[in-house]
Amino acid sequence: MENHIKIKSRNMEVYYQDFQALHGINMDIKEHKVTALIGPSGCGKSTYLRTLNRLNELIEGTTINGQVYLDGISIYDKDVDVVKLRKRVGMVFQKPSVFPMSIYDNVAYGPRIHGIKNKSRLDEIVEKSLKAANLWNEMGNRLNSPAARMSGGQQQRLVIARVLAVNPEVILMDEPASALDPISTSKLEELIGELKKNYTIVIVTHNMQQAARVSDFTGFFLNGYLIEFNRTNELFLNPVVKKTEDYITGRFG
Amino acid sequence: MMANNWQDRVATAIFWLSALFIVAILAGIIGYIIIKGISSINLDFILQPPSKAGREGGISTTIVSTGYLTLMSLLIAVPIGAGSAIYLEEYARSKNRFARLVNLTSETLAGIPSIIFGLFGFVFFVLFLEMGWSILSGSMTLAIMILPTITRTSQEAISAVPYEYRDNSLALGASKWQTVWKVILPSSLPGIITGIILSIGRAVGETAALILTAGSSLGMPLSPADPARTMSVHLYVLVAEGISMERAFGTAFLIVVLIMIINYFANLSLSKIAKSMR
Amino acid sequence: MEKIVEIDMIKSKKYKDKAGFRKRNNAMLKNINAEKLIETILLLSAAAFILVIVLITLFIFAKGVPLVMQVGIDDFLFNSDWRPMKGAFGIWAMFVGSLTVTFSSMLWAVPLGIITAVFMAEIAPPVIGRWLGRLIELLAGIPSVVYGFIGLIVIVPFIREVLGGNGLSVLAGAIILGIMILPTIINIARDAIMAVPQEYKESSLALGATHYQTIARVIIPAARSGIITAVVLGMGRAIGETMAVVMVTGNSTVIPENILSPVRTMTSNIVLEMGYAAGDHQAALFATGMVLFIFIVCLNLMVTISAKAGRK
Repeated sequence: MENHIKIKSRNMEVYYQDFQALHGINMDIKEHKVTALIGPSGCGKSTYLRTLNRLNELIEGTTINGQVYLDGISIYDKDVDVVKLRKRVGMVFQKPSVFPMSIYDNVAYGPRIHGIKNKSRLDEIVEKSLKAANLWNEMGNRLNSPAARMSGGQQQRLVIARVLAVNPEVILMDEPASALDPISTSKLEELIGELKKNYTIVIVTHNMQQAARVSDFTGFFLNGYLIEFNRTNELFLNPVVKKTEDYITGRFG
Repeated sequence: MMANNWQDRVATAIFWLSALFIVAILAGIIGYIIIKGISSINLDFILQPPSKAGREGGISTTIVSTGYLTLMSLLIAVPIGAGSAIYLEEYARSKNRFARLVNLTSETLAGIPSIIFGLFGFVFFVLFLEMGWSILSGSMTLAIMILPTITRTSQEAISAVPYEYRDNSLALGASKWQTVWKVILPSSLPGIITGIILSIGRAVGETAALILTAGSSLGMPLSPADPARTMSVHLYVLVAEGISMERAFGTAFLIVVLIMIINYFANLSLSKIAKSMR
Repeated sequence: MEKIVEIDMIKSKKYKDKAGFRKRNNAMLKNINAEKLIETILLLSAAAFILVIVLITLFIFAKGVPLVMQVGIDDFLFNSDWRPMKGAFGIWAMFVGSLTVTFSSMLWAVPLGIITAVFMAEIAPPVIGRWLGRLIELLAGIPSVVYGFIGLIVIVPFIREVLGGNGLSVLAGAIILGIMILPTIINIARDAIMAVPQEYKESSLALGATHYQTIARVIIPAARSGIITAVVLGMGRAIGETMAVVMVTGNSTVIPENILSPVRTMTSNIVLEMGYAAGDHQAALFATGMVLFIFIVCLNLMVTISAKAGRK
């Protein structure tokens, strides 16, 4: 299933009050690939990302039109339980936000929410998730210390481990490296490369080099429109649209 | 703050003297009660029930009544107060007219003097619901009085929880209630506890409303239907009817010490909040 | 450098057969859960506030209004003949008594409170400001019956010996009440002063004004609405106070002639007579409470509305 389309969006439009933040976005996101969304701030890339797990609904005065399909099922269908959707589509935010609990409890938070009570099962999930997030070696013997004491980079990887622990299929990342130093960033990028074997990843980034390094597909957003969407190599080497070329060559920011 | 002319010097003196005056008032009141009251305090005073209308014996039944009423009122007010705070902060949309009305009501309720609550408790709980002068009537009345404090402090604590916690929890597939119960409430617990401690202080000191709703029986209250006299009401009766000044000082001493302890814990939990925000 | 990701969360095999595929997607469908129920319970607890205020208003008015109608608003409010046993229910003396004690207490507590608030916000070193804040919290926490007790055994004898009379007086009430409303005034006024933007202060200082000139000409005017709120809420607190006042003011039902005369407030009237009142007498006490209630709710609403207007 190399080319299975995991997420398909059709004519996505988002309005905040009267402001139209997204104009008819169509995109096919392939399974087990990394898809990067780039563009200047305010271009709608984060808004689009948040339509994929229905997190925009939390903002008052938001209107959403259009369709997003996850494995062919419309996620905006009124019969869809948003909680179960979000279990399948995990999200990592810009600012690493660990809960004020121990490292263990942070990772076990999701599984517990979803009804796993068995201690050895939880131990197993926590260990696997921390290993998958490349955090086990550093933190494996400090599971009970408060998560807030970790460094920013570690916190962001803990957040990823926390997402992995609920066994999602898709991981959305909203500028996950923007608050991190270069070393933590490169560790995170390495991790993304490993994770895509098992997960479908959509990452919003304002860093074009990062998009070029980690992604297989890239979408360029501008003023709420998806200007160009292509394989990353193609988009960066042979952009079709003039605006894309201007952006990636740094002619406007 | 260089006082370089006589006007500035006078102003500086007035400011410092005003502050000193207030400290002196407080020190005077507390010092006086403690010095005059400590000689009345012994184990018997605390453990023995009053006899001869309080002229002799201790004040054990009034201590039990105070605790009983406080506990009962918290049992009623804490779930409702915390529940409303959660509703107002997490569920009601900000432009919701209902939420604005509740907030306005809460502010109004906080400003109503205790004698009015006493009148209401008397006509509603004691007479209309036929609960009589009892622990039950008293604690329901007290619960209404402390409701605004608990709700307001809980609201402040909940709204100080970082917004990201909610996003992250929901994005992990937690439901709204799971997010509230497992992340938001634990994070705002110190603030809610502060509200509870402040309410205990209010309950311990309350007099006017309780005279009208819990009565002033000196017996040991067993069931919630029994009437009761709290320490504060006891102090009032001892003084107003000139029963025993010595015992009045002892009672006032215990009340003031209790209030100081409560105040200490309220500050402790406030500074814990300040720390967790950092 | 190939790392094997040790995780059994691999899902690709689950998509191999169409049936398994559908099963997973069906799992996304809603089931009825407890969420709605919980939200309803929380909504009801918030609604309890409205219920309570409605009940308070309803029951107190239901008791008070018929009596006022029977006596006549005029005779009830503006007649100072209060002899419940003879069916005379005029609360004018008590109404005037409440206002007299309240305003006399404000006469000294308001200036002292505002000065202290300015001191805490602008002048005191932060450590002292913090400690003063804690002491004032403690002052606010001392129960009114303890204030009344202190007033009766310290202030009243002092007045009796120094100024004459029997000591139970407007003055004793004003002193004790003033102490009791200080925390309200100080806390609210201090918050208002602290909320004045730093730039106002800096630009005044930059113009060569001294610190005190800045306080008087810039900071206090900028914090004016908050300070007024502090005063109004302090007044509400004073007029509603019961136990301390009843213990030190002598409680005679005549209009006080001077600050050494005894006086009875509306609140004292209720607490003194409620224990044995029945019938019309009891209703008249509820009517007294109703007057107090209307007075205080109006004060509070005024503050709330003007605060809301100030914020916009």
